[in-house]
Amino acid sequence: MLLIECPYCGERDETEFSYAGEAHIARPLETEKLNDAEWADYLFMRKNPKGAHREQWLHAAGCRRYFNAERDTVNYKVKSTYKIGEQS
Amino acid sequence: MSKNYRLAEGGRINREHTVNFQFNGKSYSGFAGDTLASALLANGVHMVGRSWKYHRPRGILSAGAEEPNAIFQLEKGKYTVPNARGTQVELYDNLDASSVNCWPSLDFDLMSINSKFARMMPAGFYYKTFMWPKSMWMKYEHFIRKASGLGESPRQNDPDRYEHAHAHCDLLVVGGGIAGLTAALAAGRAGARVMLVDEQAEFGGLTLNSHAQIEGKSASQWIEDTVAELQAMEEVTLLNRATAFGYHDYNFLTVNQRLTDHLPLSERKSGREKVWQIRAHQVVLATGAAERPLVFANNDRPGVMLASAVSTYVNRYAVKPGNRVVIFTNNDSAYQTALDCKAAGIEIAVVVDARAQSSSELANTVRSAGIEVLNGSAVVDTSGGKHVSSVKVMNLAADGKSVSGSVKNISCDLLAVSSGWSPVVHLSSQSGAKAIWNDDQAMFLPGTPTQAQVSVGAANGTLDLKNSLHQAALAGNAAAKACGFDSDMAAPSAEALASEAILPLWQVPSIHASGRGPKAFVDMQNDVGVADIQLAAREGFHSVEHVKRYTAMGFGTDQGKLGNINGMGVLAQTLGQSIAETGTTTYRPNYTPVSFGAIAGQNLGDELFDPVRKTAMHAWHEENGAEFENVGQWKRPWYYPRNGESLDEAVNRECLATRESVGILDASTLGKIEVVGRDAAKFLEMIYTNNWMKLEVGKARYGFMLGEDGMVMDDGVTVRIAENHFYMHTTTGGAAGVLAWMERWLQTEWPELEVFLTSVTDHWATAAVVGPNSRRVVSAVCDGIDFSADNFKFMDSRVGKIGDLECRVNRISFSGELAYEVNVPANYGRYMWEELMQAGAEYNITPYGTETMHVLRAEKGYVIVGQDTDGSVTVEDLGMSWALSKTKTDYIGKRSLNRPDTLRKDRKQLVGLVTEDPKTVIPEGAQLVDNPGAPMPVPMAGHVSSSYYSACCGHSIAMALVKGGHHRTGETVYAPLANDRVIKATITDTNFYDKEGAKANA
Ligand SMILES: [Zn+2]
Repeated sequence: MLLIECPYCGERDETEFSYAGEAHIARPLETEKLNDAEWADYLFMRKNPKGAHREQWLHAAGCRRYFNAERDTVNYKVKSTYKIGEQS
Repeated sequence: MSKNYRLAEGGRINREHTVNFQFNGKSYSGFAGDTLASALLANGVHMVGRSWKYHRPRGILSAGAEEPNAIFQLEKGKYTVPNARGTQVELYDNLDASSVNCWPSLDFDLMSINSKFARMMPAGFYYKTFMWPKSMWMKYEHFIRKASGLGESPRQNDPDRYEHAHAHCDLLVVGGGIAGLTAALAAGRAGARVMLVDEQAEFGGLTLNSHAQIEGKSASQWIEDTVAELQAMEEVTLLNRATAFGYHDYNFLTVNQRLTDHLPLSERKSGREKVWQIRAHQVVLATGAAERPLVFANNDRPGVMLASAVSTYVNRYAVKPGNRVVIFTNNDSAYQTALDCKAAGIEIAVVVDARAQSSSELANTVRSAGIEVLNGSAVVDTSGGKHVSSVKVMNLAADGKSVSGSVKNISCDLLAVSSGWSPVVHLSSQSGAKAIWNDDQAMFLPGTPTQAQVSVGAANGTLDLKNSLHQAALAGNAAAKACGFDSDMAAPSAEALASEAILPLWQVPSIHASGRGPKAFVDMQNDVGVADIQLAAREGFHSVEHVKRYTAMGFGTDQGKLGNINGMGVLAQTLGQSIAETGTTTYRPNYTPVSFGAIAGQNLGDELFDPVRKTAMHAWHEENGAEFENVGQWKRPWYYPRNGESLDEAVNRECLATRESVGILDASTLGKIEVVGRDAAKFLEMIYTNNWMKLEVGKARYGFMLGEDGMVMDDGVTVRIAENHFYMHTTTGGAAGVLAWMERWLQTEWPELEVFLTSVTDHWATAAVVGPNSRRVVSAVCDGIDFSADNFKFMDSRVGKIGDLECRVNRISFSGELAYEVNVPANYGRYMWEELMQAGAEYNITPYGTETMHVLRAEKGYVIVGQDTDGSVTVEDLGMSWALSKTKTDYIGKRSLNRPDTLRKDRKQLVGLVTEDPKTVIPEGAQLVDNPGAPMPVPMAGHVSSSYYSACCGHSIAMALVKGGHHRTGETVYAPLANDRVIKATITDTNFYDKEGAKANA
C-alpha cells in the first residue's frame, strides 16, 4: 500500500485517496474553436509512460482536495506531491 | 500398531503434560511442545496422506512451513480447518486431525488406481483431456474435484472472531532465529522502536536444534537470555505465532498472528487471528533457509525426510524418525544430522555423498565416529510398500551426470536427504528485489533492495553461525542509525565453521530412458515429476512461468517451497541452459495460506461489511410491510404488499391509487448537494447543459450533466433557494461521484470561481406526495404556503411550516401527476411522513416504492440515468434536445456533441415499444432485431432498457434504444428470447400516458 503525502495533510495511507487521472491537462478555453482532432486529443489522448508520470489524486477520505503527484509507474514510488497550480 | 519412537530424554517438550489427540479416528498421545507431525512420528506414524494425482502414499517430509505432504483437516463442523501443515500445528488436547485426499480411507485408497495408470496421466493431462469440448468440463469437473481435492472448506459459519491491527515501527525484523534476534537486539539497545515477528511458538528458529555455543553459552541459553532482554525493552514488541505473509509497497508488511490455534477448542476465548498491518522505516529479513530434497526414483516414499528435519525431530522433539538411517547428501550440512542421529542412538547405515570427496572438519568428525561415508555415490531408488525398507546406491560420476557400477541394496527405515539450501527469499522478492542465482552456493540469493530492507543470515545465503551473527548485528545497527539512533553493538561471538562446496544435483541420473522407470518427484504436493518437466520442455514450454502452469508445479498449498528450485534445475538441464538463464517464477503473497476470516477481520455480515444507509422513515416502512431494494448502500422500499399480494399485484394497485387519488414515496435517498457562493449560477452554467443565470429565486429546473465526452452522466432538479444558493438533486447512486466531479472542476480548472459544495443528502428527509389529491394533502399539512394552482406553479419552490417545523416544498414531478416534494430536517422525517399519511387517509393515500415509481415514470417516458443510459447515450439520443442550451458557448461536454460519432444517424435512440400482445412484458435487456429469421449472426437493432406492465395504460410498455429509432415510429421490431420465443413489438414515442401533460399542470 502506497504512502502518499497530501500537500495539505501530510503522509497518509493509499486507501484514503482516489486516483483522478493524468495531471496538467488544461481544459481548452474556447472549445468551439477546436477542430475534431484537437478536441479528441484533449478528450482521449493520455500519456502511458514507463517511469515518471504526473497525475491527479483526491484525498477523498481526508481534506477532499485534489493535488498533483509525480509517480513512477514502474516501482510506484511517489517522488513528489504538490498543490494544483504549482509545478513540482 | 502404535509404537514408541520417543527418546528417553532431551527435546523441548514438556513430558509432564501428556496430550491426547486423534488422527483418522484413532487415539494417540504426545506431549505439550509437540507438533502434530512430531507426535505422529513419536507414535511411529509416517504415512499421513496420499498424493494429489496418483494417490501415492506420502509421509512427513519436513519440519516446517515448506511441508508438501503432511496436510491435515483439523476438527469438524464449524471449527474445521482444511490443509493445515502438520509440521506447524501445535499439539493440543483432543486435537482431531484427519488426512485429506484419501477416499475412502488412508490405507485403502480407491483412487490409487491412478497410480497404476500414471504413464497415461502426463503433464497437461487435465488440460488436454478435459478442457475440450468446453461443454463437457462441467461433467468431468465433479469427478476430478472429488479425486484431486485437498481439504474441505468449512460449510458452517466461522464461530471465531478475527481482528486487524495497525502498527508503525522503526525496524521490523521478520524471523526470530539467532539472526533476527541479534538484529532486534542491536536496534533495541539503541532505543529504536522494534517489532520482531516469528511464525513459530518459540523464538530461536533452527538454532533451537543446535549444539553450538554463542557468547560462551549454549545456543538455547543465549536465545532464552536474548528474548528476555528484548521483552524487557519498552519500545520492543515480540510477536510469536506470527507469520509475515506479504511485503508490499512503502515497507508495508502484513503479518498474521495466530492467537488461539494452539489451545484446545474449549479454551479458545479470544479472537482467533489478528492481522497486523505494519508500516516500518526499516526491515530486516531473517527468514532463514529451507533445505531442498534430492530428486531420484521413488523419492516420495514415506520414511524419506529432509536431513535437517531429522535433526529437528531428534533434537527439538526427542523423536526418532527411524531406527536405521541412510543419509544422502550433496553438501556438508547433513553430516551434522549423522552426528545428531548417532547421539540419539539411531543406527547409521551409511552416509551417501554425491561429492567425490568430503574432508571438512564436520565430515571428518563423522568418519571418526565410525560412520561409513560413501563418496561419489547416489541413492538411485527406494523400495518398500507404504514405508521405505531399503535403498539402492550406485556410483555417481564426478559431474553428477551419470551413474554406474553395481547396485548396492542397503536396508533402512529412514532416508535423510539434503540437496542444499534455499534461502527464504519470498518476502525480499515480494518487496521488489529480484532474486539472483548464485552458482557457487547453488541458491537464489536476495536481490538488490528497492525498499529499505536487508536480508541477513541464512535468508541471505549465510549458513554459518558466526557470519550470520555478524551480518545481523551490522543490519540492526544500520537500521537504528537510519532512524536516528546511535548504535554500534558488537556481534555475539561464535566459532567459525568451514564447510566444503556443494555439488549441485537437481536430479539423480536415471538408469531408464526419459519417461520410463519409476517416478522421481520434484513437487510432491502436485505430483510433478522430472518426466513431466521434460515433457513440458519437449512440447515447447520453455519459460519457467509456462512450465509452472502446464505441469502445476508450485501450485499447491505449499506454493512450491520445496520443489520449485529443483524443478528449475531440471528444466535448465533439459533445455541445456543455466538456472540463471531459466530464472525463477514470481514470488507473490501470501507466503503461507491465510484464512479468509483473518483477511475479512471485522468487516463481516450485514452490519460491518459495507455501510447500510436507511432513511429517517425506514422503521415506518418496515412496520408497514415494505419489501426493500438495495440501491447502492441505501435500503429503499420496493413495494408494500398487502394481504399476500405479489409484486405485480401490489404495483398495479399502487400505480392506480396514485394516478386516481394520491400516493406517497420516500424520496430521501436522492443525492442533495448545496451549491453556494458568488459564482454558483455561473458554475452551474458549465455543469448543466441548460441555462441557469436567469432562473428566478424560488424556482426549480431540471438539468442534465454530461461527461466531457458528451454522454449523459447524471440528471436531476435543482432549486434556486436564494440568489447565490442552489439546492441540487442528483440520482441516488450518482451523488458521491457528482460531488467529487464538481469539486474537481472547481479545484483544478476554475479556482477563480467562488463556489462551495456541501453534501446534504443525509440532512434532509423527503416525501413525494403524488396524484390528483396531492394538493389537498399537502395543504392540510403545510402551513404558510399558498398552494393554489396560480400561485404555486409547476417547478416552484416554497418554504412553509409543519407545526413548528420549517419545511421546503418543491412542486416537481417524476410521475406526470400533480406532485409535491416535502423536505424537512432528517430527524423529523417520520413526523412529516405520519402527518402526511394522516392527512391523506381520507383520500386513501397509498405508500409506494421504487417499483411503482419506475412504472409511473416510464408511462411518461421519463428516463432513469444508468438504466436507460449506459454512458454511451446523449441527450439527443434520448430525444430531449430541448434540455440543451442553444445560447451558451460552452458547458462540459458541449464540444463533443459535434463530434462525427455523436452526429451519426444510426446512433441508438430512445423509443417506446408496445407489444403485439398487450399482456406480454419484454424482459429488460432483451436484444431487438428487425428480422428474427435472418441467418446468424443476426444484426442487432437495439435493446430494451425499461419494461413494465402498465395497469393505467392497460397494456405493457417498454423503452428501448434502437438504431435510428427516432425515425422508425410505427415500424416493427422483434425480441428473440433464449427459450426460442419471439416477441413482436411496434415502435412508438415514449410518452404512454396523459400525452398533453394536463395532469402535472393541474
Ligand atoms: Zn489531505
